[in-house]
Amino acid sequence: MGITGCSGADQTGTEGTSEEIKTITFMHLWPAGSSRQHHMIVSDIIEEYEEAHPDVRIETEVLGNEQYKEKLKVLSASNELPDIGMTWAAGFMDPYVKGNMFAPLDDVLDSGLADSFIAGTTEAYAVDQVTYGLPLELNIAPIYYNQEIFNTYELEVPTTYEAFKTVVRTLADHGVTPITLGNRDRWTGSMWYMYLADRFGGPETITNAINRTGSFEDPALIQAAEEIQALVDMDAFVRGFNGLSNDEAKAPFMNGQAGMYLMGTWELPNYTTNEDVPQDFKDAIDFFKFPTVQDGEGDINSFVGGPGVGLFVAEESEVKDEAKAFVEYFVQRWGERSVTDAGVIPATIVDTETVDLPQLYIDVLDELGSASHITLYADVQMSASVAQEHLNLIQSLFGQEITPEEFAQQHEQALEDENE
Amino acid sequence: MEKVMSNKFIIALYILPALLLVLTLIYVPIALTGYYGLMEWDGIGDMSFVGLENYMALLQDKNFWNSASHSFLLALFSTLSLAGYLVIALILASKIKGAHFLRKIYLIPMLLSSVAIAQLWLKIYHPSNGVVNSLLSSIGIQNPPAWLAEPQLVLYAIFVPILWQYAGFYILIYYAALKNIPSSFIEAAKIDGANPLQIAYKIKLPLISGVIKVTIVLAIVGSLKYFDLIYVMTGGGPNGASEVMASYMYQKAFGSYEFGYGSAVGFYLLLICLFVTWLIRKLTVTREDVQY
Repeated sequence: MGITGCSGADQTGTEGTSEEIKTITFMHLWPAGSSRQHHMIVSDIIEEYEEAHPDVRIETEVLGNEQYKEKLKVLSASNELPDIGMTWAAGFMDPYVKGNMFAPLDDVLDSGLADSFIAGTTEAYAVDQVTYGLPLELNIAPIYYNQEIFNTYELEVPTTYEAFKTVVRTLADHGVTPITLGNRDRWTGSMWYMYLADRFGGPETITNAINRTGSFEDPALIQAAEEIQALVDMDAFVRGFNGLSNDEAKAPFMNGQAGMYLMGTWELPNYTTNEDVPQDFKDAIDFFKFPTVQDGEGDINSFVGGPGVGLFVAEESEVKDEAKAFVEYFVQRWGERSVTDAGVIPATIVDTETVDLPQLYIDVLDELGSASHITLYADVQMSASVAQEHLNLIQSLFGQEITPEEFAQQHEQALEDENE
Repeated sequence: MEKVMSNKFIIALYILPALLLVLTLIYVPIALTGYYGLMEWDGIGDMSFVGLENYMALLQDKNFWNSASHSFLLALFSTLSLAGYLVIALILASKIKGAHFLRKIYLIPMLLSSVAIAQLWLKIYHPSNGVVNSLLSSIGIQNPPAWLAEPQLVLYAIFVPILWQYAGFYILIYYAALKNIPSSFIEAAKIDGANPLQIAYKIKLPLISGVIKVTIVLAIVGSLKYFDLIYVMTGGGPNGASEVMASYMYQKAFGSYEFGYGSAVGFYLLLICLFVTWLIRKLTVTREDVQY
């Protein structure tokens, strides 16, 4: 299995015996050890496909997340990408698209597949209106909360920001950590900022600032930064959040010591199907939508989120047509199976009537169905170097090291430098 | 055997494998790094030649100098702590009770991998249930600092495990050097009426001065290129407060996809290390090492 990733180009050279059988190489990042469910579904789908198409063989290579990213880089530098592989959207994908590594997949979408996707998901994989990847997952970030803690202090689910602050204040006054946050990872804090920016300025403000039709010095974006620091001043976040990783920060929530936790829907299995988590705790967890602010432009059904990984087909692939056909099949089968078997929310539309799911999933899927807008994570929208700057600034903002004005200014600076 | 060793061809043949390895694994990559530094390259697509642009830009990059100053600070602390290690080694090498046991204790951190040490110290520094803060709050200090989250503290907080990690290594080197001093020297000094302090200062230290010099070079160069614990524990954060040159290089090359720029940082790092090594050799008195 180890050598298949590099041998994609050679395989077609060894004609003669295998003239009939086409081999597609497929590299993915769900090893059997760490992602058992994911791995199993992928293997099943491949098996089905090979059975239905005796002339096609699919060889997989599986790597863990970080090794996968490294290897993808190395393979593309030497122009030896697998026929099919996985990629992340927008900023991650950009250098590969610019380097002509990925094949356009619009023909696959146009064959009718486009309708199966949740609106807005394939766009994250498009560069200049051409789609280069088909998303497999979609995540939004609701605020999970512990109902037991809320009941103890007679708190209600907040729908306005004022009510939200009351919740925070009550919990803080009683010595309960209101919100846990692992801001050493920085994208975690970025999501809080994204939501406030959305609620103050509406869904397009931050996107416009990034694509330079707007500005980071927009009053709404500065106001959002002010609110972050106001929350920090209220002791809304867990102690030492800037030094905690997301995994470390998760612990107080899982132990019932923190009231709220803003995180992607990939956490859902922990509150529903994960057998290692006590049932009492799972029963206590529910989620609510980020509250609206007074006189803000954003509405409560607008989410921060975005697609996770998606599939690409290599531009240089010798079996491009076969690869595209398999990708099309894979996306559909994945959509049908991933949510029930692995707890993944697929980027394709799920019919909640026909599948048997925990209530929390159904609620989230329903929210997705009625979402007015999904704002892609800021660091994914930005180019890699601006994203680094953004994430560092987020940490300074939460750490009270810079003023909201400086925060805006330095974003402007980074974006302008980029455009030069 | 002597005959074989005088044959130049045979000598070359023996050296060749090692030479090839060293060339391809060390010197070629160094040259390539310098070369990539001349490019604007995201590591994936096409490279474009920009000449010395990266190298010039780096000179004005305040983040780079910020991280460089942290590296130099670490070098300073490492060098100063050598004195402490030396004292411990002197005590261990004199016949005290339990020296055997203590030696093992000091060596343990050396046996752990950096990542394990990082995990251990992350727990120790944990803001609410870490050992440090539990102790502090048990003696009545309210709101002890969140060590790894405070920009003013994080660097010093992270120096502690780094110095702890290497303590055993240097103590071992000093200990071995001290044990190598022939006992006749010490006995002669004793007969002349020298007290233990005088023996340490006037006899032992000068005799191991060569070793001390080597450890200073090791400590400084090691500090300048230090990476792992910082990367795991803080990733250089919050907002660059614990960034060092090597982690900045990594962040630029693999975080921001500025491979050319990252290579330039790496090349500067090399130059700085070479320069510092040269400087130490110049500064420390080049007395002939003592032969016993």
